[in-house]
Amino acid sequence: MALSLPAIMRTTAARLSALYLLLFALCAVLLVFYMTSLSARMLTAQTQETINDEVLGLARAYQRGGLPVLVRVVENRSRQPGANLYLIADANGQILTGNVQSLEPGVIETEGWTTEPFSYQRFGEGELDRLRSGATDQPAPQAGDSSNPQSTGEKGHNAIALVLRLPNQMIMLVGRDLGEPERFRAVVSRALTLALGMMGLGGILIWFFVGRAALKRIDSVSDASRRIMGGDLSGRLPVTGAGDEFDRLSENLNSMLARIAMLNEGLKQVSDNIAHDLKTPLTRLRNRAEATLAGKHKTTDYRQALESTIAESDQLIKTFNAILMISRLEAGYSSEQTGPVDLAATVSDVVELYEPVAEEAGVVLETSAPEALTINGNRELIGQALSNIVDNAIKYSTDAAETPKVRVALERAGGEIKLTVTDNGHGIPDDADRARATERFVRLEKSRSQPGSGLGLSLAKAIMTFHNGRLDLLPANPGLSVVMSFPLRETH
Amino acid sequence: MTASQPSSEIAYNGSMKILVMEDDREAADYLQKAFAEAGHTAHVAGDGETGFALADAGDYDVMVVDRLMPRRDGLSVIAALRSRGNTTPVLILSALGEVDDRVTGLRAGGDDYLTKPYAFSELLARVEVLNRRASARESETVYRVGDLELDRLSHSVKRAGREITLQPREFRLLEYLMRHAGQVVTRTMLLENVWDYHFDPQTNVIDVHVSRLRGKIEKGFDKPILHTIRGAGYMLKGG
Repeated sequence: MALSLPAIMRTTAARLSALYLLLFALCAVLLVFYMTSLSARMLTAQTQETINDEVLGLARAYQRGGLPVLVRVVENRSRQPGANLYLIADANGQILTGNVQSLEPGVIETEGWTTEPFSYQRFGEGELDRLRSGATDQPAPQAGDSSNPQSTGEKGHNAIALVLRLPNQMIMLVGRDLGEPERFRAVVSRALTLALGMMGLGGILIWFFVGRAALKRIDSVSDASRRIMGGDLSGRLPVTGAGDEFDRLSENLNSMLARIAMLNEGLKQVSDNIAHDLKTPLTRLRNRAEATLAGKHKTTDYRQALESTIAESDQLIKTFNAILMISRLEAGYSSEQTGPVDLAATVSDVVELYEPVAEEAGVVLETSAPEALTINGNRELIGQALSNIVDNAIKYSTDAAETPKVRVALERAGGEIKLTVTDNGHGIPDDADRARATERFVRLEKSRSQPGSGLGLSLAKAIMTFHNGRLDLLPANPGLSVVMSFPLRETH
Repeated sequence: MTASQPSSEIAYNGSMKILVMEDDREAADYLQKAFAEAGHTAHVAGDGETGFALADAGDYDVMVVDRLMPRRDGLSVIAALRSRGNTTPVLILSALGEVDDRVTGLRAGGDDYLTKPYAFSELLARVEVLNRRASARESETVYRVGDLELDRLSHSVKRAGREITLQPREFRLLEYLMRHAGQVVTRTMLLENVWDYHFDPQTNVIDVHVSRLRGKIEKGFDKPILHTIRGAGYMLKGG
């Protein structure tokens, strides 16, 4: 690991590991604490129950034969091994019988359950200690004798007990050693320490193997993206093939990069086109201004030159807007909103809009459309596409052999909705020319004399592409049919 | 066709106080000068915050707001002004200009939308139509311009007491022109407000509609009333 500690802590993997470790440890401590206190309570309850049973037995013995029987039974039971404690003392607290040699002062003064565990010394233990330490054999020491209380205290015998006062003012204590619950608690605390240690170790191991692996993958992704940012736009993020979230992330980022590259390419194309196609009219504009400035002219000439400059600039703006719109629609990143569009209403709108123009040009404009035919799309765009097509049709039908006629027909055909604009002009006989007609700025030889930017059909085509539809140019013999086909299914 | 009038005779609807929020110094200066030449007073704010402060303090007839400005974008300035009860008409200028942008702009509280690059004549015509002192006509039921009279309820049109029969679309065209009588109305404004389409038609479709209407309301009368303003649009003006 070449990283320094602060650097490690700055990595997400290390921070996450530390956080998890802390959380797990907290949970473990809580759980152990809860379990310990629960078990301790259960053990205490059990101990108290045992004591109660004992007391009950002793009470029966007392009923049977009074104090002598009670004392005998207590002496009997005291001799048996086990954790039970028995003690009978006189009213002054002097121990008379039982298996308790000494206990904490004050325990037998109060009647009832001892409120807290008390320490005591059992008969025989002190003797045993003395034997072990090589002391001379002596009679059992008196209660209260504290020849070596420390050793017993250090042994840590603790007990709880029930203190009763017998009818003759004598005191009886029945108790039970707490050694067992305390051993249990010790086991648990040892387990807890061990578990915490193992968790710490586990966390570090997890970080080392899992976190470092994740870190490495992230580093490789960030290296790759640095390379891409550095200018290598064709670069892609590494995909291991494991199909995990890192692969998914890389794949998504890769498709994003591909899309960006595509848009970038489109943008470049557009700027190239704009540069190329606006250069000619701009040069013309400049030359005209220069020519006007060079010669000697009357004021009205200047006025006329300025007016035609404005007119040409307006045309430039229109062309520019059209190019921009086509590019946006073609690039597919247009944010145009779509909604229900009644194509029949659009047809009648556009036909109504062009009717006076057609009449003035001597063109008969015919419509055939159902009452209503609604698709999902953009009303503005479809209206614009249709008006461009109708505009063209009126222009090119004027050279028809018979009465110029333009027919706008809306119908459902097969799985599509077809909006057809047919004129009876000369049409475009050549197949290749027809195919080229929708390209940007293509103006076929014959149409050069007609006004227009040469963008009308390209824009219509881009609009149809945006609606998941098609724009087809078909020969109509005579004339041309321009067919806008919308899919019946929802578009966008 | 009636001869077009020289532009010096255009009677604008009085002088307006216009606030221009535009961060491009050159464009702002140009607008200020051009508005002054048209007889209006224009104040310029170079960023959104200044614009908001000026608009909030001053009493403007119309505001021209660029969408993209430093410190605060145009739409948020408009929304903030609207929420403070400011109802000054706003024309949004934008370099974006797709249909959706127009919708967003108008939804934010704008009253009109114009895409850059634009012709100043178009901007001027729109700003003058937006002038809130002119919008009082909205509630009138009968429009009168000279001896021409249009009843919006009975859908009848009379000139010098003589009934004129119009097609529904011609009626709407005349209604819009009369509502903005004395103001220049551009072709795109007509296409937007009479036909509800926002594109530039390739040929002179609007001109043909207007000249048809002109034939109906001027033929047989001695005085022209519907004037062509060269390089700008049309204007209905009596007297």
